[in-house]
Amino acid sequence: MSYLTLFAFLICTIIIGYFIGNRRAVGMRPAVKSKLPENKLHSLPGFHGTYVALWCGIPSLLLLFAWLFLEPSILSAMLGNALGDAGIGLSQDQLELLKGSIRRAAQNSQNPIDDTLLPVVESYKNIVNSTGIGGMVVIGCGAIIGLYFSQKKIAQRFAARHRVEKIFSIIMLLSSLVAVLTTFGVVVSLIFETIRFFGMVSFTEFLFGLHWSPQIALRDDQVASSGSFGAVPIFAGTLLITAIAMVIAVPIGLFSAIYMSEYASPRFRSWAKPLLEILAGIPTVVYGFFAALSVAPMLRNWGVDFGLEISSESALAAGVVMGVMIIPFVSSLSDDVINAVPQSLRDGSYALGATRGETIKLVLLPAALPGIVSSVLLATSRAIGETMIVVMAAGLAANLTANPFQAVTTVTVQILTLLVGDQEFDSPKTLAAFALGFVLFIITLCLNILALKIVNKYREKYD
Amino acid sequence: MSVQKTGVPMSEKQISSQVGKFTSRGVDVYYGDKQALFGIDIDIMENKVTSLIGPSGCGKSTFLRCLNRMNDVIDICRFEGEILLDGQDIYASEIDVVELRARVGMVFQKPNPFPKSIYENIVYGPRIHGMIDGRSDADEIVETSLKRAGLWNEVKDRLNEPGTGLSGGQQQRLCIARAIAVNPEVILMDEPCSALDPIATAIIEELIDELKENFTIVIVTHSMQQAARVSQNTAFFHLGKIIEFGETDQIFTNPRNQQTQDYITGRYG
Amino acid sequence: MTNLRAAHIKKRYAAERRFKMYGLLAIMFALGFLAIMLVTITFRALPAFSQTYVKVDIEFSENVIDPDGAREKVQIAKADFQKIVRDGIYALFPEVTNRKEKRKLKKLISSEAGYHIARVLLADDQPDFEFIGTKQSVWVKSSDDIDSFIKGLIRRDVDESRRRVNDQQIGWVDQLMADGRIEKRFNWDFFKFGDSRSPEDAGIRGAVVGSFFTLIITLLLSFPLGVLAAVYLEEYSKPSKMTAFIEVNINNLAAVPSIVFGLLGLALFLNFFGMPRSAPLVGGMVLSLMTLPTIIITTRAALKSVPPSIREAALGIGASKMQTVLHHVLPLAMPGALTGAIIGMARALGETAPLLMIGMVAFIVDVPTGFTDPSTVLPVQIYIWADSPERAFEAKMSAAILVLLFFLVIMNAIAVLLRRRYERRW
Ligand SMILES: Nc1ncnc2c1ncn2[C@@H]1O[C@H](COP(=O)(O)OP(=O)(O)OP(=O)(O)O)[C@@H](O)[C@H]1O
Ligand SMILES: [Mg+2]
Repeated sequence: MSYLTLFAFLICTIIIGYFIGNRRAVGMRPAVKSKLPENKLHSLPGFHGTYVALWCGIPSLLLLFAWLFLEPSILSAMLGNALGDAGIGLSQDQLELLKGSIRRAAQNSQNPIDDTLLPVVESYKNIVNSTGIGGMVVIGCGAIIGLYFSQKKIAQRFAARHRVEKIFSIIMLLSSLVAVLTTFGVVVSLIFETIRFFGMVSFTEFLFGLHWSPQIALRDDQVASSGSFGAVPIFAGTLLITAIAMVIAVPIGLFSAIYMSEYASPRFRSWAKPLLEILAGIPTVVYGFFAALSVAPMLRNWGVDFGLEISSESALAAGVVMGVMIIPFVSSLSDDVINAVPQSLRDGSYALGATRGETIKLVLLPAALPGIVSSVLLATSRAIGETMIVVMAAGLAANLTANPFQAVTTVTVQILTLLVGDQEFDSPKTLAAFALGFVLFIITLCLNILALKIVNKYREKYD
Repeated sequence: MSVQKTGVPMSEKQISSQVGKFTSRGVDVYYGDKQALFGIDIDIMENKVTSLIGPSGCGKSTFLRCLNRMNDVIDICRFEGEILLDGQDIYASEIDVVELRARVGMVFQKPNPFPKSIYENIVYGPRIHGMIDGRSDADEIVETSLKRAGLWNEVKDRLNEPGTGLSGGQQQRLCIARAIAVNPEVILMDEPCSALDPIATAIIEELIDELKENFTIVIVTHSMQQAARVSQNTAFFHLGKIIEFGETDQIFTNPRNQQTQDYITGRYG
Repeated sequence: MTNLRAAHIKKRYAAERRFKMYGLLAIMFALGFLAIMLVTITFRALPAFSQTYVKVDIEFSENVIDPDGAREKVQIAKADFQKIVRDGIYALFPEVTNRKEKRKLKKLISSEAGYHIARVLLADDQPDFEFIGTKQSVWVKSSDDIDSFIKGLIRRDVDESRRRVNDQQIGWVDQLMADGRIEKRFNWDFFKFGDSRSPEDAGIRGAVVGSFFTLIITLLLSFPLGVLAAVYLEEYSKPSKMTAFIEVNINNLAAVPSIVFGLLGLALFLNFFGMPRSAPLVGGMVLSLMTLPTIIITTRAALKSVPPSIREAALGIGASKMQTVLHHVLPLAMPGALTGAIIGMARALGETAPLLMIGMVAFIVDVPTGFTDPSTVLPVQIYIWADSPERAFEAKMSAAILVLLFFLVIMNAIAVLLRRRYERRW
């Protein structure tokens, strides 16, 4: 028996429920056709069927999901009981390890296990089987009970349509709340670990410390005080790379937008704009590859030619490539806002004898400035949150430097390297990633909200 | 299919020949804070055509949409007062708007057929109201409705083509056929001819005249001539109030109110 | 005076021309970068599509393969096929006896060659064992270094100390070439195999299948949820504080860095709910949260473009709210919603960082067969190979990028077609 069977069973019950409801309603249809409401089915048979199907499906599926989430912890607790004396005197971690090996042994008899534990494995197998069957029976019964009671309600004047519509609108409301739940989930999952992190590392050290080497914490057997968690080099590195990216993206994006909206012929626009947008659709790992394997070596060779020392993982390579990736973010929004400037402003300027360029510089750009600023803010937030390019091209060394030819590291790189591989949720090394993630989330959130505010103000002005 | 007024119980039918099919008492409608209708009292007679006239923005459409509660879908719209259909308050809590709208159909200013086949356009209403049991039922309803809307001969060979492919006048008649198909008691029409040329208009006017045998019709129009031609009763709205309501002949030949006089002679609005 | 003005105007026009040129240059820079990037990647990818094979005469001696003559598949599968391949290559150059040189010689062919031969010979359930005791010419894969050398990626004219193939090996290869024992073939294995430590055996099948499973989950979760949410917000909700709050949330989610979603998946799905690591199920869940805003926003736009007259028509003949939406509005908005879903899926397909955090970065040889099997996805596979020291992985990576881009192009083309085909002007 597996959950797939149960799921299939539920689906079947739901379908059967639909047909039972439908049939019953059809059976109740009065023989004489009449327009009098009293002599009509209140709702179409389909609604009655759907009503039964919903009562059949929703409670049992909810039960199923609750069960799927709860089963591991229930089983773990029961396993703890079954262990009895064998579990006494073990630390939490050791207990978990022991439970893990018992679980594996129960799944597959090939897995090695201490002979003394074999009875426990056997009883654990029994527990798994009986709770599994028990849970499934409960869920299956839930579906059948729902079916039975809901189909009993069907009557000629039963307002199945109202009920079904109500249920659907609730389902829709819940779906739209998923977005809120996600935000909530992000905040909660970041905040708890962040608080734990600051229980181990002081807030001021994190924000103002100049030295970042989280790895030490692991080596010295997780003594928090011996790792250094001064995040300033990371913030500086992020800032440096973002700045390089924006130096590339803002002028190029802005000039592209100006050319697209003011100079380009419709034909040029019709193929160049989608092509530019492709830049935003290419996966970032591709940019990362290109930055690491083409741009960085090229820059290094140039550096050799000019007598500069450019390290093979440099802020410059990552920043430049990221800048190119960001171009469409600047250009398409700027293009939109420049287009939204009313024609009358342009006409006024042309009438004074200004050239196009002068009109753009002196009239359009100032008028569109808020929109442009917000597009730059959005692009900045993209750059700060971008991960793969910097992971592949910028390196891990937390250098505190403003030299773009050196390797620096960023918030996202650190989050990734701290969490990929082994994680220990009681070491500050792992928790630091969440603190960094929290910082990242707050900063990008602020940038986005600010950008949206500005752009909305601007829209109000011209709409 | 012979058309009978099965929807009205005998006892009520007798009343309704004296009182209106619709009776509106003290109807106030607000859009947000703005009041659009002020104390509308009016009786709409069964099997007659009642036309609502008045300058733009005076609340004709608003009132018309109150009669089948189409205003319910506008969030900011608030209704006060009482409208009785066959003596029953249509704004009472136990009234199901879906059933109400099956009894009170509506035709809109711009023809709005569904982007589906002509056939599907007609059978949709009867199907959702559970009036169809099998293919032959549906075929019959399609044929009678299209015949009564005077469209049958033009479209009988292309029932499976999209309704949006018809001409404007044909589309509007399709919409009328669609409204007829659910066999309503009342048909509301909001400027049904304003998007049509004179010939299509003439056809629709003729149709309205025929339909009044079986249906009660309320029509909003900007054309005095149209109101005079098709309707038996006329209500003149101005700034959300009823200025004058009476028989069409009387309103057009001998209005009691100066404003009405000004409006129908074109000196106004 | 007029001269002055004329000069001034000339200057203004020059400035104008310059300004225009900057714009054009900006666009050309961006597009040029794109073109160079794609061309570079394509060229780097080319070597990955072919593979060098070496013809070796192999003696399937019964002593090594089936010493007790039982002809049992299980036993024979455990036999030392590596040795008979090694012996085969030694036999080609009998003059090599020195152990160190023999090791170099062995390195001409793939270190996995023996396993492959065994797999092919024992593919059937009931293999006939006629090959035992015979001597056959078999094409086996060359090692990745020799492959690179044949393709010209390791050059002869470089100093011996700085190349991975030494002069002696080059001599052997030349001789094999002269004997017609070397051949380049199309590298089907790249599309048939999962990941491997040896570049000549590394393929993208596992990653493609992993991506497929992941996207299925993403689509199944985010499409219904997104459409329902969009319908609610567009058709049902009344303007209220809560609606505004939901909308702000959706807009912000669309701009949250993807790595933050990875943190969410790690903390919530893996740690709190104890879901399996590296599984497409969890990857799909994380990606669906990221895709949700895209789908909601595009579906709402599609719903908005359905004219209100359609809703009025349906309501006017007594359709209920739900019937109006389900029968009329939603079908008309579906192409738009699907376009949004495809675009969202395309973005999800290219997403790397959040999947790294939930452990889809493990080295996985087997092609996943289910939603909870450990697996990786295409972009992560690229990242994994980028971390590998072997040179030959560079071409594999580029080829994997091409495959990824190929899927993206297809998805976007479908989206464009859908939009063209069903775009309605009202
Ligand atoms: N959805 C709405 N929201 C806010 N105000 C509305 C709405 N619909 C109508 N109104 C207002 O209610 C008043 C009456 O409008 P209504 O549409 O009933 O006029 P009308 O007599 O039908 O005009 P017309 O002849 O131009 O169709 C107008 O002042 C209008 O601005
Ligand atoms: Mg109107």
